[in-house]
Amino acid sequence: MISVIIKDLYRYDRRFRFAFIVLMGIVILSILSLFSPYDPSSSYQVPVNYPPSVKYIFGTNSRGQDIFWMMTFAIRNSLLFGISTALLSRVISIFVGLTAGYKGGVTDRILMSINDSFIVIPLLPLLILFSFMFKDRMNLLFLSVVMACFGWPWDARLIRSQVLSLKEREFTRTAVYSGMKALSITWREHLPFVMPIVFATTINNMLWSMGLEVTLAVLGLSHINTPTIGTTIYWVNQHHAFTAGIWWWIVAPIVISIFLFVGLYQLFVSLNKYIDPRTRLLRIGG
Amino acid sequence: MGVLKVEDLKAYYMTDIYGIKRTVRAVDGVSLDINENEIFGIAGESSCGKTTLIKVLSGMVIPPLTVISGKVLYNFKDENINILSLDKDELRKTRWEKISYIMQGSMSVLNPVRKIYKTFQDFVEAHQKITKKKDFMRKVRSHLEKLGLPREVLKAYPHHLSGGMRQRVVIALATIFRPNVIIADEPTTAVDVVVQRGVLQMLKEIQEEQKNTIILVTHDMAVHANIANRVAIMYAGRIVEEGRTKDIFESPMHPYTRYLIASLPMIGDKSDKVNIPGAPPNLANLPEGCGFHPRCPYAMDICREKVPPLIENEDGRRVACFKGRDCGK
Amino acid sequence: MRMKMDGEWHALRGETVGNNEKLFSIKGVTKVFTLGGLLTGSKLTAVNEVNFDLESDNPEIFTLAGESGSGKTTLARLMLHDIEPTHGKILYKGNDVTKIKKKKEQMQFMKEVQPIFQNPFETFNPLKRVDRYLYATTVNYGIADSRNNVERVIDDALKSVGLSLEEIRGRYPHELSGGQLQRVSVARALISRPSVLIADEPVSMVDASLRMSIVNLFKELKEKQGVSVVYITHDLATAYYISDRIAIMFRGSIVEMGSVEKVLGNPLHPYNKILKESVPKPIPDEKWEEKINLSMLEVKEFSKVGCKFAGRCPFVMDICIRENPKDFFLDERVVRCFLYVEKK
Repeated sequence: MISVIIKDLYRYDRRFRFAFIVLMGIVILSILSLFSPYDPSSSYQVPVNYPPSVKYIFGTNSRGQDIFWMMTFAIRNSLLFGISTALLSRVISIFVGLTAGYKGGVTDRILMSINDSFIVIPLLPLLILFSFMFKDRMNLLFLSVVMACFGWPWDARLIRSQVLSLKEREFTRTAVYSGMKALSITWREHLPFVMPIVFATTINNMLWSMGLEVTLAVLGLSHINTPTIGTTIYWVNQHHAFTAGIWWWIVAPIVISIFLFVGLYQLFVSLNKYIDPRTRLLRIGG
Repeated sequence: MGVLKVEDLKAYYMTDIYGIKRTVRAVDGVSLDINENEIFGIAGESSCGKTTLIKVLSGMVIPPLTVISGKVLYNFKDENINILSLDKDELRKTRWEKISYIMQGSMSVLNPVRKIYKTFQDFVEAHQKITKKKDFMRKVRSHLEKLGLPREVLKAYPHHLSGGMRQRVVIALATIFRPNVIIADEPTTAVDVVVQRGVLQMLKEIQEEQKNTIILVTHDMAVHANIANRVAIMYAGRIVEEGRTKDIFESPMHPYTRYLIASLPMIGDKSDKVNIPGAPPNLANLPEGCGFHPRCPYAMDICREKVPPLIENEDGRRVACFKGRDCGK
Repeated sequence: MRMKMDGEWHALRGETVGNNEKLFSIKGVTKVFTLGGLLTGSKLTAVNEVNFDLESDNPEIFTLAGESGSGKTTLARLMLHDIEPTHGKILYKGNDVTKIKKKKEQMQFMKEVQPIFQNPFETFNPLKRVDRYLYATTVNYGIADSRNNVERVIDDALKSVGLSLEEIRGRYPHELSGGQLQRVSVARALISRPSVLIADEPVSMVDASLRMSIVNLFKELKEKQGVSVVYITHDLATAYYISDRIAIMFRGSIVEMGSVEKVLGNPLHPYNKILKESVPKPIPDEKWEEKINLSMLEVKEFSKVGCKFAGRCPFVMDICIRENPKDFFLDERVVRCFLYVEKK
């Protein structure tokens, strides 16, 4: 099933083709991290500040690390971070959105008040505070969980409004008169309409969380010894790489993150169009 | 005098999504001759192609709708217009001044945040400069008066008026330039029966006074019976019968028309009504030959292979059926 | 006159003297909606003191006719227990419908009173197959349990509307025509063997060539399967064709009610008269004669005191503007108009 979808999209949608190739490349890079000859947390393994050459494809940095292999770890960690934050917050937002939308009444109002309070909390200052409080225990997983707890409210509202409008449609009444229970109706009748939103917000969330991680890392507030795109840039700043003329050290993470972000965005747009109930209808011949 | 001539028009919707190609043959060879000073009705069900026909007649051919072949020629006193060859600006000029359009659902024409008189101003300004505002307002008021609309309407917002009143305002808008042709697309389907009567009477009066042509498209046969001079019946993208209203209702010739007339319910009549077997065809998947043959009780072999041509007989009636006059014998 | 009237009144209202079990008994039902906020809102009386009954021993087709805004859809929702009345009682087989609180009772009620909706394409989820609702209805109301039985029940229901499981199996709504979808909708409603079908404009969105087949289907259901139908429509021609009794609604009130031959053949209420005359006849020789006068502002009519039709009525009297008209009985009908005050 999935392979059919991918094949269809690959053949007919130029955007998807581009996104697919780029993201495949990035995923391969991150898998390569399993074969790295160097331990990512160690330093001064190789000669310092060598420009890109055949031996060191991306060159080496001021800490004596091979930039290519460091990048494979960085990409892997950033990707995993983004995916885990997005998935965790999806779970929360779907649960809150569906329940608030279907139940309505008091439940809805309570959930939405909680929702709106979370939206209002300014995240960056809070994260900075957390990083000072939990300086040593602030590893990537912890950060991911914290972000997931703040990344759900916008999307929960979106899902809720979609459910609210679906409730008014006639086929919901038919389902009720066919004896279906409320939960069953929400899951089986309404979810196909909600899926495009969930999907769109997943990728959106990934982009947001990865961006925020970069911000934190550059400020030195994340776990600086774990290689991620953000921490790489932190070290670049620490060693004043730009003024020292070691351009290859900063170009690598920036170029990679551009490809990652653009690729993800294109994937999101093309898949969204595909899943949209309206084009879906045209596809099955409606 | 002919005011509109349609010659063998074919207009299809062609889509290509993720490799699935579909061709919907909405208008599949339509020829019409519509005269000046008449109300010409086009009748047909929801999937017969009449909406697409109207789009082409008013020049709104936007992809995926494509005109494959045929001509649509308007003939006004001082000019001939081939509407399919006009560019955007010429089209804009022609619309509303020569050819205007009344659609179902009046709210979409009336701007909900502007008072009615401002909407009139907007429409007129798109075509002519309004030099003297007072003269303009006087003209608008007298136009409304002639149509039986109270002048308080001008100062109101659309949502203050009832549905029927809105529809009549839309008709006033459509006739302010005294166009030669008014195309009315299901003008009364969204309104109540009593309001429908008022709206149709208004249309009739306008036509009698301005002596122009109204092309009335609706699936409601009783409406055609009441105000149309001639009626054309559309089925599966083609015209299957055309003639004077009285003739069509009293002696329908095409099997589809005969079924349609026989199945119309009426107050005072409790006799059993027939239903037409089968279902209207899918325009993306039309049968070979005559579009009606799967449901026709008189279908012959030739009906399944060739499309019957629309042939005119001595009385001015046109029927597209291989049985023609002998239908039912 | 009066004594004879009482007996006749009971009969025309559906009550037979001595028998208490009506299928449906609507007594003095009023529904008021509050529009806008708590402080600034206005009230809209959608249904105003409506009374009628449906017999339980003789299945009938009872039409609720009226234009948009007449309250007929609100009345249908009240009967289906979708919303609750502000005043009055709705009794189904003697039981007060508004007192249904438990899930089990609600299921039992829904089993016996099923709806049919106006738009066949919206009735089913466009992304899902149509037969799923048939399966769901069969299983959820306990009509059948084992796989074979379920399919047989569904096939029987589809056959009674002129279709079959073969044709419908695995189809999506867009693969069927409006007429077919509406039939599937009726078949679904019939699976639980209801006593009443409440059909809200069931043919207004169906093609003309398929319309009569659905209308004839209702006739057949009444005659052969003993199902009563509450037929809600604005199309008086089809209403005349299939109904036994009809109630004409105007702005929330039933203005005239009785047998369809009398009410539509010889209308008494002024609104009904205009309505009947305005229905276009499919006969070119019988066109409309007089011009009519249309009201301009819809909202005004709704909030006036007194008879809502007074603004347009050619026979309006002083009392019509001052007081709300009451129900008067004559000629085997109920008419809500001061013109027909019973003379003492």
